[in-house]
Amino acid sequence: MKTAVIVFPGSNCDRDMAVALEQVTGKAPAMVWHRESELPDGVDFIALPGGFSYGDYLRSGAMAARSPILRAVSDAAGRGVPVLGVCNGFQVLTEAQLLPGALMRNAGLNFVCRTVPLKVENSQSLFTASYNAGEEISIPVAHHDGNYFADAETLDRIEGEGRVAFRYTDGVNGSARDIAGVLNDTGNVLGMMPHPERAIDRAHGGTDGLRLFEAALGVLA
Amino acid sequence: MKVNVYVTLKPGVLDPQGKAIHHALEGLGFGGVADVRAGRFIELDVADGTSDADLDAMCAKLLANTVIENYRIERP
Repeated sequence: MKTAVIVFPGSNCDRDMAVALEQVTGKAPAMVWHRESELPDGVDFIALPGGFSYGDYLRSGAMAARSPILRAVSDAAGRGVPVLGVCNGFQVLTEAQLLPGALMRNAGLNFVCRTVPLKVENSQSLFTASYNAGEEISIPVAHHDGNYFADAETLDRIEGEGRVAFRYTDGVNGSARDIAGVLNDTGNVLGMMPHPERAIDRAHGGTDGLRLFEAALGVLA
Repeated sequence: MKVNVYVTLKPGVLDPQGKAIHHALEGLGFGGVADVRAGRFIELDVADGTSDADLDAMCAKLLANTVIENYRIERP
């Protein structure tokens, strides 16, 4: 299992993501700088970490989505390679149009930083197969721009196709229909605002995030 | 050649920043403000003869996120 973490200037959860991937696969991921135009050969899993890529200039994730490595990530996603975007990574995936919608300033205008309950809406995806449908899990969030927006038609479509992976159970940031995580139409790209890599050790206060990596990396217990 | 680009939220997209500005104006005693929408102004200095199509592509590909934003290009 060969994994990669994309690192942008301003990423700050890249090393946490690397720890999570190494903990589950036993092998350190390749850390791939945004200026690279190619991924390492044979990468089976790509993570876009949280942070403030390019200082959130223009819009969160906007610059990163146009960086050279994103073309390679997009090609890999098109070939079916699993891609996980967390927090800023989710923003990058929407800006790159690998996922529908956009992430706007939190409705309350505050940076929200706490562990929140999430409802698992889709337990069939490669990322969520270790959860039960409807199960409530706890994962930390830490973001200013997590207010998910899409037009009503798009929301109806992604809901109808089972592409809402996670939903907040109480209002966190004003997201449309409390959406916390979205899958692409082929199910191999997941973007989510909560940070599963911050819930992989009992010392973190919970291990609900670990189960996502175990499912996605094919090492289901 | 200076070109002005105005990026604004689409109608119907909630604008929490505009709302906060609105509240602050009311707090300062300015009545009669019905609504506030905040946007972004970008000034480009481009080569003379840059085509409308190129300017439009700049907006659509980067300057605006057309999922949530409209843009307007103003040439001199």
